[in-house]
Amino acid sequence: MIEIFQYEFMRNALMAGAIAAVLCGVIGVYVILNRIVFISGGIAHTAFGGIGLGYFLGKDPLLFAVFFSVAAALGIGMISSIRARVSEDTAIGVFWASGMSLGIVFVSLSRGYAPDLFDYLFGNILAVSQTDVELILGLTLVIVLVVALLYKELMILSFDPSYGEAMGLPVRSLRLLLLCMVALSVVVLIKIVGIILVIALLTIPGAIGRQHADGLKRIMIISILLGIVFVFAGLVISYYLNIPSGATIILTAAAVFFASTAVTR
Amino acid sequence: MNSVVTVKNLWVGLGEQVILEDVNLKVQKQDFLGIIGPNGGGKTTLLKVILGLIKPDRGSVRVLGTTPENARKRIGYLPQRSLFDQNFPTTALQVVLMGRYGRRGMFRRYSSGDRQAALEALEKVKMASYAQRAIGAFSGGEQQRIFVARALVSEPELLLLDEPAAGIDAARQKEFYELLGELNEKITIVMVSHDISAVSRYVDKIACVNQKLYYHDSKELVAEDIEEAYRCPVDMIAHGVPHRVLREHD
Repeated sequence: MIEIFQYEFMRNALMAGAIAAVLCGVIGVYVILNRIVFISGGIAHTAFGGIGLGYFLGKDPLLFAVFFSVAAALGIGMISSIRARVSEDTAIGVFWASGMSLGIVFVSLSRGYAPDLFDYLFGNILAVSQTDVELILGLTLVIVLVVALLYKELMILSFDPSYGEAMGLPVRSLRLLLLCMVALSVVVLIKIVGIILVIALLTIPGAIGRQHADGLKRIMIISILLGIVFVFAGLVISYYLNIPSGATIILTAAAVFFASTAVTR
Repeated sequence: MNSVVTVKNLWVGLGEQVILEDVNLKVQKQDFLGIIGPNGGGKTTLLKVILGLIKPDRGSVRVLGTTPENARKRIGYLPQRSLFDQNFPTTALQVVLMGRYGRRGMFRRYSSGDRQAALEALEKVKMASYAQRAIGAFSGGEQQRIFVARALVSEPELLLLDEPAAGIDAARQKEFYELLGELNEKITIVMVSHDISAVSRYVDKIACVNQKLYYHDSKELVAEDIEEAYRCPVDMIAHGVPHRVLREHD
């Protein structure tokens, strides 16, 4: 098995996967506790509009995905709070589908064809470059730092936002900040598992961690370790069976999730 | 200067609707004031005005000798019971620590002094031996005690409680109210509730609010007040000495 790691793309893949596991372990717990799994899904799919625009302009699609996902985070987060008679899940639906539509229109307007479009939708961890690894590492460091600084504020936000508001905690801004962190995480994860599969990596490790630990920090640590195991196992399995890496990582995680759920109750 | 809360000619509206109309209220030091009234009568709104979370349309509000916003750090608040996630991964101690947020401010970690204060607050509500237990493992009444500890942990001079007995089964309510009575020895308490009989037994002053506020700086409410507040005839219930709240019929 050692021989598969003599390739640089394999080492990059593993490195990116391990860092992504840290990111998912930290931010995923908040996604679960704040019940924003499907907002995260909406943010991820809206990012496809940016991917399409990148193709159309001939620039790095991920760069535009950042703008689209952050815009989606702020858009979904704000629309439902301005009393525009739009509920949050309606806003998710609108952003989700229009982002995808924009993306596909941009791609169809682009000259030539888009060979790695499939990678953005379903991920291709083997296509991760050295630059990607650096980007993933940088964003992860920023997010871990923000979470460390705002740990107690995020705890209040997740547990009892109405009390936080009464205490003078800027609950609305904090929630938008959390959504923006999710948006950045989503962009990082697109390379690895793709737009469509992102929410699985954000939720499954944390969900399993929660079944086996009581404290927030412990859940994070378990999630991170599980994430690393899933990425590693999925990568190796997909290499030997010659099947798509992103989907294999998710299916590995899902299998453990179902087994864990069966054992827990 | 023994007045903890002074509300003068307070008007609060929401759109076209008047929520509070010309409310006057004075809460003295060491008072245990119960505010009763029908649902939607403006009880919670009044608490939020005292906390500075809702701005009055007209009138003035002074709390602890200053504006509500400035006083907020010196107020302990127990909001109406919210439906929080019963499996939330946190302990009683961590929940109580949240009450130190106002003192600590953003970006800073809780200190060992904060932890000490949290344990002491849990001690006051007789929950200190369960500090490390998961919040979801407690009964409704125990959770309310923990939330009272969270309100106490900032060492407030005024405690505002919004329906504190909600979610506590009837058998446990007595001991919960007695706990509040003990706390009242050191701290001024304003408690909102819709449960007239429970409130009347434990507080020492009662106000009744339904848009207007009926208050005589005492535990006595006249029948006309209650009837006007609830807008329906009210049966007079005598609790007997020393728990008599309502004047006897002529």
